[in-house]
Amino acid sequence: MSGARAIELAHVSKIYRRYTGRQFSTLKSALLQRSLLRDLRPDQTFPALVDVSFSVPRGSTYGVIGRNGSGKSTALKIVAGITKPTSGTVRVAGRVSALIELGAGFHPEISGRENVYINGIMLGLTKRQIQERFDEIVAFAELSEFIDAPVKTYSSGMYMRLGFAVAIHVDPDVLLVDEVLAVGDEGFTHKCLDKFAEFRRRNKTILLVTHSLSLVERFCDEALWLDGGRVQAHGDPKRVVGAYLTSVEQSEEQQLAQATARAVAEASREPPAARPAEPNEAASSPPAPDQPPDPTADLFKASEGRWGSREVEIVDVAFLDAEGRPAFVFHTGESLSVRMRVKAQQPVEDFVFGIGLFNADGVCCYGTNTDLEEMTPRRLSGTAEATFRIERLDLVEGTYKVDLAVHKRDGYPYDYHRLLYTFRVKSRTRDVGIYRPPHRWSFSPNVEFDEPQSSVTGRRSSV
Amino acid sequence: MAGGLRLLASEPHTLHSRAPAMVQNLVRLLRYRSLIQSLVARDLKARYRGSVLGFFWTFLNPLLLLVVYSFVFTTVIPNQTEGVQPYALFMFCGILPWNWFASSLSESSGSLIAGGNLIKKVLFPAEILPLVSVLANLVNYLLGLLILLPWLVYYRRLHWSADLLWFPVTVAVQLVFTAALALFLAALTVHFRDIRDLLANILMLWFFATPIIYPWFQDNVRRFKLLFDANPFTHLAVSYQEILFFGPVGHWKWLLALGAASVLLFLGGYWVFDRLRDSFAEVV
Repeated sequence: MSGARAIELAHVSKIYRRYTGRQFSTLKSALLQRSLLRDLRPDQTFPALVDVSFSVPRGSTYGVIGRNGSGKSTALKIVAGITKPTSGTVRVAGRVSALIELGAGFHPEISGRENVYINGIMLGLTKRQIQERFDEIVAFAELSEFIDAPVKTYSSGMYMRLGFAVAIHVDPDVLLVDEVLAVGDEGFTHKCLDKFAEFRRRNKTILLVTHSLSLVERFCDEALWLDGGRVQAHGDPKRVVGAYLTSVEQSEEQQLAQATARAVAEASREPPAARPAEPNEAASSPPAPDQPPDPTADLFKASEGRWGSREVEIVDVAFLDAEGRPAFVFHTGESLSVRMRVKAQQPVEDFVFGIGLFNADGVCCYGTNTDLEEMTPRRLSGTAEATFRIERLDLVEGTYKVDLAVHKRDGYPYDYHRLLYTFRVKSRTRDVGIYRPPHRWSFSPNVEFDEPQSSVTGRRSSV
Repeated sequence: MAGGLRLLASEPHTLHSRAPAMVQNLVRLLRYRSLIQSLVARDLKARYRGSVLGFFWTFLNPLLLLVVYSFVFTTVIPNQTEGVQPYALFMFCGILPWNWFASSLSESSGSLIAGGNLIKKVLFPAEILPLVSVLANLVNYLLGLLILLPWLVYYRRLHWSADLLWFPVTVAVQLVFTAALALFLAALTVHFRDIRDLLANILMLWFFATPIIYPWFQDNVRRFKLLFDANPFTHLAVSYQEILFFGPVGHWKWLLALGAASVLLFLGGYWVFDRLRDSFAEVV
């Protein structure tokens, strides 16, 4: 075992066996058909990890990210030795403590004190060691008043805190953490992070499975991205997280594209007359959020739809990025174009193109049309295109829906697409609101800030 | 303990060294004895937690049972069989170890499912769970025996001789025998949950097929000697009755034979358990 590596996985695969039909095969039938041993063999297999290799240097913090079901937890369990790999080798140097499920061994009927002892022994401490650390554990869990009460009376937060406190006081060389920071209140989460920082200072190894990408960027020396049980990328956390985010966006794009196609198809199936034309109300486009006649109906569902005479029909709609490529996910500050392709059955001389942007709460962020912008229509014939370009998409992160319409100046609708199109805005900043005005901060010289957080990424424990 | 775990963790866990793994796992069990000890203690404590009389029930249960049996067999359907008086005491010599046996099996058959959380989330040899069930019930048995003892002494049934040394031997044989079945059942119940219900009925039948509430030397029992001899618990029950109730122990050859068979059975049960071990975390 080389001294520099704390964890080493080489070509590890894990194939889960699925025992389908087991519910139906009873012992009786197994005995009758002499199939006892055959029934104990798996019927179906499911690869949770495929040829995964990575190694974690001693003293480093290593983050594992990936979608749900990508094999992160399986990888952690294999490192912990709870599950065995189907093939490949695993080497772990030193004592391992796994924060997989906190307080997994707690017995509800007995006191917190007794549970600390049993849990500690389960995690590899001796009675004497637990005695020595007992006060520290209880203080860390902030449970000194309740330590002699049965664990079943604990709140789930108390339960988790105690579990975490025991596990962290096992003083492992390698700490495996599976998304446990989500438990506990803000204060406790900070305490946990402080404890991890202390681990780093003492040159211990941490393997962290998490969905918190900022935690990985801030905290980890290296990161690994798993998808479908395969290693997609590993190395510098910023780079890996970036690659992961790109892939998430791609699949989001796909989902949004599918959802949009579905919504348009569904709305178009309804006969055009199914919707009241409401000429007077629609006359004052941009479309207002209170457009649907029945305000008590579910705002979102009820307002989706398509109506109009179809004398001019919207046949295709696309969101385009700065390079003119179709997209559904945009970043704050990028440019966004909405291109609609329309087809006029007969040449028309009275037409208005309109657009409205709504956020997920149904609030209209912006709405306009060619009439409001004082463009006087002259003639529209055949197949035509209209593109609405936003130079800087200054919206906060979220999902947005779009209204598109072609109608007469008096509001008579040719084709009205209500909330059928969806795009998503991503932002590195967690600012809130509806609209992000272009802005910057300035300060007098006696106000000082640290360097931006990205420079913390490269920090390594120096012991 | 800590050093043990450290050693364990630094072993590369590969699947390819399958053959000696069973022996390794058996040895590993020794390193977990302090955990077994704590879990047995927890089991006993948790059992009566929340009840007013608490741990006292461990004594009260057999005492009440003894009172009920005494009433039934001296007043309701008096049994006057020669040499088996008081009858309730005789029955008790067999019922207490039977209870240990039966509760061990029914508890341990469900132990892996009940402890599924542990098996899936904590690195921990699964066989500890059924073994803890067996050991906790052993402690219960010994405590129940403390209730029986004064009565045996009072009625002068207990013979103070070297034959009493057979008692720990009998307990040891029963321990190995029960542990063997417990491991086997625990492992299989994970895959076939109906074992638990089946087991309750089998145990009931087994109880009446064993000379516990009737003496083995009755004529109508002797007629089926071959069948009774084939029942392993006959030899345990008879041994207990001879040691605690009747006096000289004449059954020790059977007992030792059963002991040897139990060791083999244990290895077989452990083998099955070990073979199915990797499936537990996935199926439970």
